Formats: sequence, structure tokens, C-alpha cells
Amino acid sequence: MAERERKQRPAPKERVEEEVEDLAPPKQGEKIKEELDDLLDEIDSVLEENAEDFVKSYVQKGGQ
Amino acid sequence: MAVPKVCGIETEYGVALRGAADANPVLASSMLINAYVEHRKVGWDFEDESPGRDARGFAREGAAPPEIETHLVNTVLTNGARYYVDHAHPEYSTPECANALELVVADKAGERILGRSMQASRRLLTPEQEIVVYKNNTDGKGNSYGTHENYLVDRTVPFATLVRHLLPWFVTRQVFTGAGKVGGENGSGKIEYQISQRADFFEEEVGLETTLKRPIVNTRDEPHADPQKYRRLHVIVGDANLCEVATFLKVGSTAILLAMIEDDFIDKDYSIATPVAALRGVSHDPTCRTTVELVDGGTITAVDLQWEFLRLAQKYADDVGLEACGGDEIAGQVLERWEATLAGLERDPRTLDGKLDWVTKQSLLDAYRERDGLEWDDPKLALLDLQYHDVRPGRSLYERLVRAGKVERLVEEEDVTNAMTEPPPTTRAYFRGRCLAEWADAVVAANWDSLILDVGSDPLRRIPMMEPLRGTQAHVASLFEECTTPAELVARLAS
Repeated sequence: MAERERKQRPAPKERVEEEVEDLAPPKQGEKIKEELDDLLDEIDSVLEENAEDFVKSYVQKGGQ
Repeated sequence: MAVPKVCGIETEYGVALRGAADANPVLASSMLINAYVEHRKVGWDFEDESPGRDARGFAREGAAPPEIETHLVNTVLTNGARYYVDHAHPEYSTPECANALELVVADKAGERILGRSMQASRRLLTPEQEIVVYKNNTDGKGNSYGTHENYLVDRTVPFATLVRHLLPWFVTRQVFTGAGKVGGENGSGKIEYQISQRADFFEEEVGLETTLKRPIVNTRDEPHADPQKYRRLHVIVGDANLCEVATFLKVGSTAILLAMIEDDFIDKDYSIATPVAALRGVSHDPTCRTTVELVDGGTITAVDLQWEFLRLAQKYADDVGLEACGGDEIAGQVLERWEATLAGLERDPRTLDGKLDWVTKQSLLDAYRERDGLEWDDPKLALLDLQYHDVRPGRSLYERLVRAGKVERLVEEEDVTNAMTEPPPTTRAYFRGRCLAEWADAVVAANWDSLILDVGSDPLRRIPMMEPLRGTQAHVASLFEECTTPAELVARLAS
């Protein structure tokens, strides 16, 4: 557990990742957009129907 | 002096009974828990509970405590957790953990237990009914329910000192602890999107209440440990986090802050002029540019004030070490993560997508706004906000994002599954959990700091557990190997 966390981390790596992203050719940008569209389509399929009624019906008793 | 930061999280989940005309939340919560625990039910012992005791040194007398909790279903699990009905919500209190990463695992295991409970409850319901729970903190209509953190703190630290440092801490840590919310509540006016679920509900700086006029620093003085040595800081101002990075950072950084307070390491006063207004102000600005006014003069952003705390924490690590904060390794990771997070927030909060809940949710909402051309008041965005927190694996939007590889995880799912039944090896939760696993029938009652065993002959034996770091695997595992009955265990403990 701890080891994995250490491997994933470091801050500098994050910066590198970002630079790569900035330099990404447009093709990759399109691919990312496609992936996002697919993800939103997938989420559409599990979203509760009739958003307005659904949200309205979610009423909780207050807690702590 | 800093004591080890034993910690835990209590989460009140939102609950809905779908497909029923009369949806009683207390009943739904009870069904959920009963369905999960079935036969392995051991009751909670209330003897040492005193939620009316105030850390500022007084107890309310002659009147009822500010809240009288109605505890209907109340159980202890083999992982050392408490699972019960509280204020019309199912509540899950993790076992005591020794560091932030362990608590990430325990907190995630709680989500899985709620998930399993929903499945199990189906056999108690008609086919068209379903109990659904949400790990969030508001219904979007002014009703809030809490996610509380608990930390072991040195009793000798004056409570006023804790308050002085904790107010600016809680106001500013929202930039990484927030779970994000569409809209404003409780008189906050027109807000499109804000960082925290909870900020709108805090109306006082310090106090004992948890359900009305909620205070930023809660004074409940119920240590659940040796009261001569310890306090339990009861933090009610946090959000329910799904992102493991957010939970890790929230707990890990707060543990370090507390250790610094105990060791009198904070040499500056960061007191904010109007903390309650500042709490909202910071939450209401997802660009993280809002400044707060300091009592000593000057203004500062939440991120910059967090930089000040981080610089101190780094110095503290060098000068004193992080042994009390979950150990050098884990707490060292907290420091690195903290620094990377502040750097990210400063550059562009969107760089924290998949790490912090409020940013992850905002990215999802932005994608929908762009694709469907939605205004902020569109009900679909409120639905996305709510369903992000749905705990059902098939419906949870957070889990969708995890499966799509968009969220960073810190722990292995195998460890989470294990933590649904196994206690952390590093605290007294190990003793509690093992007793329940081995001799559930003999455990008459349990609570955080004691356990009552029926050893077959009168009287019942109460085993005190006033030291949160005793009863660990290292201390007592061999006892469980060697004893075949609870009577033997009691005899060995007494010898």
C-alpha cells in the first residue's frame, strides 16, 4: 500500500505530465475529446430519469 | 507534547427509500443495517458517552444535552467499526486508525459496506422498492448531515490554543477537502458552484452544537480514552470525500497541524478577522483567488495561508520529525502531496481533476455544460452533483470516473475488501475486532474504550481500553492464538 503510494506520487512528475499534455499533437487532443464524449454517453445511460423530479424528491432530515 | 494522531471518520450517509409512499428514513436506515449485520449483531454500550460535555471546561447541567440521539440500530463490526442509525441517517464510524493511509482504506471500506447493505436490503423490500444511499452532506434544500473526523490530542494543550490555530486551518483547508456543490444554501444567495458541501451551514466560530448553529470548531469533550491524558478533537466542518487523495490529504495534513500545535511550533498568529464569513467566502470562489482578512492586518488567499502552514510543517518535519503524525514515511508522503496540491491550485485548480472531489465534480459538470449548453440552474447539473455521490456501484458517477481511469487511487481494492471485515492492526480496534470475530456470542456490548464479555460465570467482565494504541496486533495477536475461550482471555489479561 505504502509503496504504491510512493511510486505514484512525486510533484515533479506531475509537472512533466502537464508539459507533455501541452505539447500533445492535435490528434491526441481529438482522442481525448472522443474519450470524454464516450464517457458522457456512458454516464447518460446511468443517469436517473427526469432530473427535475428526481432532484426535487431527494429531501433529507438534517443530521449533525 | 504531540501524542500519536490516532484518527477516524464518522459519516452520516444520505438515505432514500424509492418506490414507497411513506418513506421513513429512520426505518430505511435500520433496514439497511439490519440486512447487513443479520445474526452477527453486538450491541453498543453507552455507559461512557457524554456528548454534552464541553471542552471549554463545563457540562450542561439541569438541562438535556443539546442533542438527544435516538439510537435504534447500533452494532459493532469485526473490523472494529460502529455501524448505526443516527439522526435519521445510516452512520458508519471507521475503526481507529494509526495514520492517514490506513484511514483512507477504512473509510473506503465503509462505502463498500453501505453498498453491500443496499444489496442485502433488497430481500426486505418489494421488487419496486429500493434503498439508496449517498455519501454527501446536503440534500440541496438546506438540510445537511455530517462527516466528522476525530483525532487524538494531548489533554495539556489549552483548548483556546487549539481554537486559535484551528479556525484559520479549517477556513483554508477547504481548497483541498471540499467535495463541491452546485448552488448555495442557508441564505448564501445565488451561487453557481462552490468548493464545499458544508460551508453554508456554519454559523458560529466555537461551540458544542452539531445540528443547529453549527460551529467551525466543535467543543464536544468526550475523549473515548484516558481523560487525564487525551482529548478527542471532534471535527464537524469537513465534507464527505470520495477521492482517496482528498481524504488522505485532509486527515494527514490536519494530523500534522495538530502535532505542531501540541509542540507549540506555530510561532505566528494566523487568526482570521471574520472566520464564519471567510469560510463561506473561500468556498464560494472556485478560482481560489478570494482573500481573507487577518486579525494582525493584511489579507491573504486560502492557498497562500496553506503555503504558510505547509512551510511550517516542512520545518517541523526537519526539526522534530513526523513520528506522532502517522510515522515519517506516510506523513512524508502527506507533505509531498500537500505541496503538489497547493502548487496545482495556484497554477490552475483544474490540474487537480481526479484528485480532489470538488475539482473532479466540476470537470464533469463543465463537460456537460459544454456538450449540452446547460445553465448552472439546470436540474440536470443538480442531478449530476447528487449522483456523483451515489454509493451504488452501477449508479455512482464517481465510480464511473474511477473505472474510466480518470481518478487517482492510493490504495488497493483488495486492501479495502479486507478492511470490511478485518480491523487495522495498529490500534485497539484490533482487540475489539478480534473479540467480535472469535467470540461474538460472548461480547455483550462494546464501545470505543471498553468491551464487556460474558465469560460464562457471573459477573460480566468489563475490559477497559483507555489507551488507543494498546490492544494492537503486535500486543495481543498471540493471546488470540493461545486462548480458546473468552474466560481464558480474561484470565490472561488479568495476569
